[in-house]
Order: sequence, then structure tokens, then C-alpha cells
Amino acid sequence: MPTILRCHPGIGPVVEGVALVAQDNFSARYDLDRKKGIFSRPSHALAGQSYDGCILVLNDAKGGVATAWMLHEMKSRGIVPLALVFNRVNPILAQGAAFGNVTMVDRFDGDVTQMIRTGDRLRIDPSAGVVDILD
Amino acid sequence: MRLNDEERAMLAGEAGEARRWGIQHQIAVGEFFDAADLVPVTQAHIMADTESLGEAGVSFLESLAALPQADRRVRVPTITDPRGLDFAVYKRLGQTDAMAALEARAIAALRSFGVLMTDTCINYQTILPPVRGEHLAMGDTGVVIYSNSVFGACSNFEGGPSALAAGLTGRTPRYGYHLDEARRPTLRFRLAATPRDLSEWGALGGIIGRACGSYWQVPLIEGLDAPPGSDALKHFGAAMASYGSVALFHMPGITADAPDLMDPALESTRIGRAEIDAFLTSYAAPGDKVDVVVFAAPQLSLVEMAEVADALGGRRVSPHTTLLVATSPEIKHAADRMGLTQRIEAAGAVVAAGICFYQSYAGELAEANGWRRLVTNSAKLTNIIGGYGYRPTLMSLERCVEAAVTGRL
Repeated sequence: MPTILRCHPGIGPVVEGVALVAQDNFSARYDLDRKKGIFSRPSHALAGQSYDGCILVLNDAKGGVATAWMLHEMKSRGIVPLALVFNRVNPILAQGAAFGNVTMVDRFDGDVTQMIRTGDRLRIDPSAGVVDILD
Repeated sequence: MRLNDEERAMLAGEAGEARRWGIQHQIAVGEFFDAADLVPVTQAHIMADTESLGEAGVSFLESLAALPQADRRVRVPTITDPRGLDFAVYKRLGQTDAMAALEARAIAALRSFGVLMTDTCINYQTILPPVRGEHLAMGDTGVVIYSNSVFGACSNFEGGPSALAAGLTGRTPRYGYHLDEARRPTLRFRLAATPRDLSEWGALGGIIGRACGSYWQVPLIEGLDAPPGSDALKHFGAAMASYGSVALFHMPGITADAPDLMDPALESTRIGRAEIDAFLTSYAAPGDKVDVVVFAAPQLSLVEMAEVADALGGRRVSPHTTLLVATSPEIKHAADRMGLTQRIEAAGAVVAAGICFYQSYAGELAEANGWRRLVTNSAKLTNIIGGYGYRPTLMSLERCVEAAVTGRL
């Protein structure tokens, strides 16, 4: 039986994929080498790891407005996270997900970075506000 | 979301495809944040540097630019944040003709919407400062936090697509800092030391930003003896927005909204000299060779331009170091007229207009020029630039200039 996590209704299509989890925050401008598709900021908990095709499970969005364009740009080149699952996002990440049609959800009951582990297979239904942890 | 007749017509495409796209985007964002409706705005400010846009973003703008003129013109004054490239200096900095060509395409598209190419992140100092209670769609975190806090205006962080949508529809979803209840302080800080220069104001903003760590936290800061100036609050707010994604702060007696919002139950965190010094020291690299010294983020005011010229005092920048100064086109014209540009460039430095360095292909610049150690008095830049492969050091404007002249820390 999958574990069902409920959240606020989100943005983007239903997706299924594998989680990459960290207790850290996110900005496409500050944290990523978008050409290589890796976290490039040395102090980031996921430094050196690839985000391509992953469901990123992180805490919050950081400063900077560039992510609003960058998710769309990353998606156009096919090197992009499959989905974003956060405790709480700022407007920029929501705007970027809406513009780029990237799946994103936030606002769970509890800390989502504790409820999901790296390697978990997830199914996200943004309009229903549901994340299933599949076996 | 509740829509009025005009908004429903826009959504139905009756005001053209650009406005249909814009309001549909705004409804998606508004529903995500439980906005009840849309609020009219008086200005929009678009971040649209080509490094962020990429080919995909520029093609998107061009697809809207191909629409009939009546369908694509913005409905409220709409201005721009710094671009990716200054055509006058890009070759000296190692940027490419391909970057310039993409930039030219983006500019042509934005102009076709009737956007005013101000290319600035200090529009509150140079273009049209907001007034209290004015609803805006501002597209730069430093502009938003300054407008909300110092002036008491109402804006969320509006990324490029959302700010363009606001320009086209003349409104934005009513959530976040458009609502009085979101503007109340949630954290309280007491200063036991006053920052001594702009780098320390930025450091203080960084400390408070880190402590807040969320767009939805609103810090209240007490303990200042006297109001800081505009450049101090510029660096303070920009750093807080960068380190913490914070969009509003209150300083009782200084900023617009503070006194009646106080919650006496909020516990206070003390910040003193030791915390400011520790923040600066965390970026120190004594003895290191200096590759590039950058004054930017936010763009320099006219007063800062004069301070850079005075600190150089007729000396030459080290042949192994680049000194880059970024300001707005308006301030560049003023600096040209007053001889400041000439004094700075006579030292071998580069004065760029309409860019802000980190939005200017900073990763490619590092590669093209072999830059790694970056020295700046901007805490905001210190925070951003690590992801592009730089090792940043934060210090006062005067010490930055010394580093540029000697080529060493």
C-alpha cells in the first residue's frame, strides 16, 4: 500500500518518478549549473549531484527572481527536475512552475523532507494535492 | 478566483492572445496562493536578462511580439531590470557576439510591448519611487523589499513572466504582501551595533535574512540611533532578500508601516558587533590573489560612483585584476557628465551601464577570464556568486579598491 501525503493543490501535470531529498533550500540561479544539470553551489546539501529527471524534495525557495524564467529554459533543453516538492515556496517558484508547466506542490502537514527519503518512488497529483509514496 | 467582466473577457481572449496568456498565468499563480481576486497595479518591472531567458524565453517573447500591436501593448507603465549585457563593454569583458545577438532580440521584443528599457534594479532611487499603499508588480527582490519596507508599497516578488503578465493585464493576483495581514512582523531583532559601511549593512541584512529563511517571515528591527541612508537600506534589503527570500522588513520610526504593527509577545534576537564581524570573516581569504573586484548588486547610486572615484584617487588597477563597476543607464549618464566615469576608467576599470554582473553570464565570464577570487562590498553578490564557481570576499568599498590596486587581499 502506498503512503499518501496530502498537500495544498499545486501546479503542473501528474508525474511519477524518484525522489532526491535534502534539508536545504533552492534557487535555480544560486544553486545550479544548468548546463551540466548538477547542484553547483559548494555549500548546498546536494552539491555535485544531478537533478535531471529527479523529483526534488527540499525545504523552501531562496531569494532571486530568475527561477521564474529558468525552469522554462531548463525544460526546453530537457535538463530539468521532473517535479518540485517543497515545505513552502515563494512566489517566484510558483510563477516559474506555472510558466514552465513543471509539477510543483507544497504545504504538507509536517516536514516533507522528513516524510520522503531519497530513492522513494513518488506519484504526484498536483490538482488533487496528493503525493503517493509508492512501494 | 473572483473575476470581473473585464477579466473574464481577457481570459476568453477578447483582448488578444497576449492578455489571455497573461491572465491565465496569473490565475494559476493566484489559485496556488489562494488569492481571492486580482488587484490593479500602477507599475510593472520585468526581470528579463537573457542568461535567465535563454533561447526558449526569447522565443516566447518573440511569439507575443508577433501579435497585432493593439493586442501586445502593456496597460500600465512597465520598466526593466538589468539586462545580460552592455553593448558598449561586452567585448572587453569577454562576452560573446552570440550573447549580444540574443540580447538584441529580447530588447526588440520587449520594446514592441511598449516596455520602457530602464535596465535598472535601483528604479526606486532613479526612475519613479513608489508611494505608500501603491500596488505594484516589481520584478527584482531588492526592488520589492525596498518598495514594501521603506515606502510602504505593496508588491510580491514578480518573476519575469508574471511581471510581463501584470504589465499586459494591469493587475496581479491579490496574495502575500498585497494583504495587510501578511505584513505584520513575525520575528524581532534588536541591534546592539550599528553597521559602519555598506558592506556591513549588507552583512546585517544577510544575518537577518538567514535567520528568517522564508519569504513569509517579516522581521522587525529595533535599536538604530538614526535613520540609515538610501544606499545603506538598499544593501541591507537586497542582502536580506537574497539570503532569506524576505520581501518586507520594519524599522520602527524609519520605515513606512512599523509602529502600529508591533506584537509585544514577539521575543527579540540580539545582533551585535561579533555577529557582523563573524559574517564578514566567513568570506575572508587573507593573502589571496584577487581576480576581479565588482561593485554592483544593486547597481551603484551616483553617490557610490563618486565614492569609487574618490577611493581610486588617481591610482591604477593592478594589471592582474579587473575592476568592474555596474550602474543604471541614468546614473551612467550623470557620471559621464560629472567626470566620474572618466576618473574611474582612467584607473583601468570598466564602468558598465544597465547590467548588474551576476545577471550577465557570470559563469561564462569566469571561464573566459580565468576569474575565481571575487571581491565586493555587496553581500547580495557574495551570496549569489558561489554557484557560478567564484570564491567571494566581502569588505568595505575602500578595502575593495585597495585590493583592486594591489591585486592581493
